[in-house]
Amino acid sequence: MVPTVYYLILAAIIFSVGALGVLVRRNALIIFMCIEMMMNAVNLTFVALARQFGTLDGQIFVFLVMAIAAAEVAIGLGIVVGLVRHRDTTNVDRINLLRW
Amino acid sequence: MEWLFFALFALVALVGSAGVVLSRNAVHSALFLLLNFVAIALLYILLGAQFLAMAQIMVYAGAVVVLFIFVVMLIGNDTIDDFVARERPVLRVIAGILVAVFAAALVYVSFWAPNGRPNGAPTFGAVESVGELLFTRYLLPFELASVILLAAMIGAIILAARTKPPVGRPED
Repeated sequence: MVPTVYYLILAAIIFSVGALGVLVRRNALIIFMCIEMMMNAVNLTFVALARQFGTLDGQIFVFLVMAIAAAEVAIGLGIVVGLVRHRDTTNVDRINLLRW
Repeated sequence: MEWLFFALFALVALVGSAGVVLSRNAVHSALFLLLNFVAIALLYILLGAQFLAMAQIMVYAGAVVVLFIFVVMLIGNDTIDDFVARERPVLRVIAGILVAVFAAALVYVSFWAPNGRPNGAPTFGAVESVGELLFTRYLLPFELASVILLAAMIGAIILAARTKPPVGRPED
């Protein structure tokens, strides 16, 4: 049986790669994909720790996170489509109307 | 045997996540994202969470990635000049501090955190047990999730529906 620590390390690496993508990329769609990836990494830690502690509560949390992620994707992609309609770009550096 | 599968799926998940960040083309990123999601679903099976593995395949691989690819096709796939190094020294310091904190947490978890043997029953993540918990103890969050999904659906329709431009729009 693979110890829980290895799952945690794997999830931490995936989370870090996602955070790196959010910081480095400028395409709003790819930033969004990286956020999804980070959420998945956190879900993986939830499931691994649910097995570690022998309770199912972690898996319920993952189910709820999936529901929220689906809602978030629908709203976020709607925002991206609206953005492209108004400003004709997905580059987050050029979307600076509210920037101080 | 389990180690072999874990190493394989972990490698595929890492390749997928690296591909999402490194691809210049957004369609390629979406496909690498799919690879990452499927690998994580297989890891869920290794962890005994069969229900979540199927939910992962259906929700993420089935709905989210398809939606991403759909939007990329809809708005056109313009490649943006990414990876541009900009001079922002303050941000660099903050990023360095965050990396240090995260690395310290990682080292702590790997070497010093208590790590007993996992104790899960054979029918641990099966549909019956998860469903029973979902409909008894976590009934209220479950219902709230459905309300959130409804609100998101209405919001997405309002956001993406083509309406007449309002008076006094800032541009053109």
